[in-house]
Amino acid sequence: MYSEKVMDHFSNPRNVGEIENASGVGTVGNAKCGDIMRMYLDIDDSGVIKDCKFKTFGCGAAVATSSMATELVMGKTVEEALKITNKAVMEALDGLPPAKIHCSLLAEEAIHSALWDYAEKNGMKIEGLTKPKSDIHDGEEDTKEEY
Amino acid sequence: MERKIYLDNAATTPTRPEVVEAMLPYFTEKFGNPSSIYEFASQNKTVVDKAREVIANSLNAKTEEIYFTAGGTESDNWALIATVEAYKNKGNHIITSKIEHHAILHTCEYLEQHGCEVTYVNVDENGVIKLDELQAAIRPNTILISVMFANNEIGTIQPIKEIGEIAKKHGVLFHTDAVQAYAHIEIDVNDLNIDMLSASGHKLNGPKGIGFLYIKKGLKLRSFIHGGAQERSRRAGTENVPGVVGFGKAVEMAMKTINERREKELYLRELLINRILNEVPYVRLNGHRTKRLSNNVNFSFQFIEGESLLIMLDMQNICASSGSACTSGSLDPSHVLLAIGLPHEIAHGSLRLTLSEDITEDEIKYVIEKIKEIVDKLRSMSPLYEDFMRERG
Repeated sequence: MYSEKVMDHFSNPRNVGEIENASGVGTVGNAKCGDIMRMYLDIDDSGVIKDCKFKTFGCGAAVATSSMATELVMGKTVEEALKITNKAVMEALDGLPPAKIHCSLLAEEAIHSALWDYAEKNGMKIEGLTKPKSDIHDGEEDTKEEY
Repeated sequence: MERKIYLDNAATTPTRPEVVEAMLPYFTEKFGNPSSIYEFASQNKTVVDKAREVIANSLNAKTEEIYFTAGGTESDNWALIATVEAYKNKGNHIITSKIEHHAILHTCEYLEQHGCEVTYVNVDENGVIKLDELQAAIRPNTILISVMFANNEIGTIQPIKEIGEIAKKHGVLFHTDAVQAYAHIEIDVNDLNIDMLSASGHKLNGPKGIGFLYIKKGLKLRSFIHGGAQERSRRAGTENVPGVVGFGKAVEMAMKTINERREKELYLRELLINRILNEVPYVRLNGHRTKRLSNNVNFSFQFIEGESLLIMLDMQNICASSGSACTSGSLDPSHVLLAIGLPHEIAHGSLRLTLSEDITEDEIKYVIEKIKEIVDKLRSMSPLYEDFMRERG
């Protein structure tokens, strides 16, 4: 069902983890739908992404797209990172099954969300970046369920 | 482990070599159509009836009450649609449960589009149908109650005898989808007041593409598939002779070993359930703790998603299934897990393991270790787990 590249990024995901005091953190998706991606960016003073980490709750494609997205943004400037589309993530993974295309959209959204957080923290405006729409809080009352 | 560990026996089972061997001649030298007059072919009629007798005996039914179909789904469709047609003068109301297989639920939806009324009775947190709700749902125009014998996802066994009594008391027909239960649990259709029962060959080490519908003598049910006069003019189409022979052989073998299989499966099931519940935090068992199929285990692991879990298990040669949305091809997780009250994200993290007598204790122990490793790994990648741990401090 998945390409070899997807399987590779799923079984050996790159850049899993957290960044303490990250320049920007973005969380997109919704537990109710079964996908949540969180992306951490470490951006230096010249606007270059020095480090990127992720955590993802989701299917194989969600993990693989997150992993690929971190590889694609690494070393890029903020402006370049903003231009990474879901299509670019998909192509880099040699494609995704049709039912999993939304995972690549989520990856694009995660980058935007982390950049938005970075811009807000620094009181700046990034040309072409609009407030990300995915809201993880939709299913919040459900996540409080205890055993 | 080199060997594939197959823990998806609720999806399908391997056809036993003895079953295949019994079937093979009916593809080649004994290929004749049972309806033909010459001897080599008409012998096949006897062969089909012999399998019918084996199956009838397994249910304490009469041979003329067993009708071969192409499988459980056809049997379910036939039972519901033909009952509605036959009893339309009495009423148009059906009662079923919220956790039925799609073969029932989607047939009910179809019937609703054609003027039927359907009540979907709730189940409790263990997946047991609420009998008081069932009883209260009965109206003067109710013609049929259809409740599955045991659930395919969470394994909960329904109070079939009680449902049969309620149906009988109110003069309503009772159908049960016994696809998961048949030849795994002893069933006596008379003792349980069952009017119709669906079963399938490939869930009990028989071939795919064959099933039956038990129809109690005296029911007015007509043909669902129209054509020739096969199956006492109730189910047209040249008999699937190899399939019927294989089904008969599989039932014969399964009924002989029903008790020892259950004992073995129960031992492994309890080992798996107890160790996972003790050794993995934030996990729950879905389905009834004891009133469940001897081969069914269903967990929800909090903070992780089922498809990832399945792919990682597959990499370790372990075959399992999940009720997560990603494996169902829709955005919603399993209707069964939602019906027992699980929130969406917990339903997404479900794992179903269905055992067989072919599994060894060592294999189960290996599976337990792998589940623990994989759950740890996926949690270490999960933002939900990160948030949860941070909140705990």
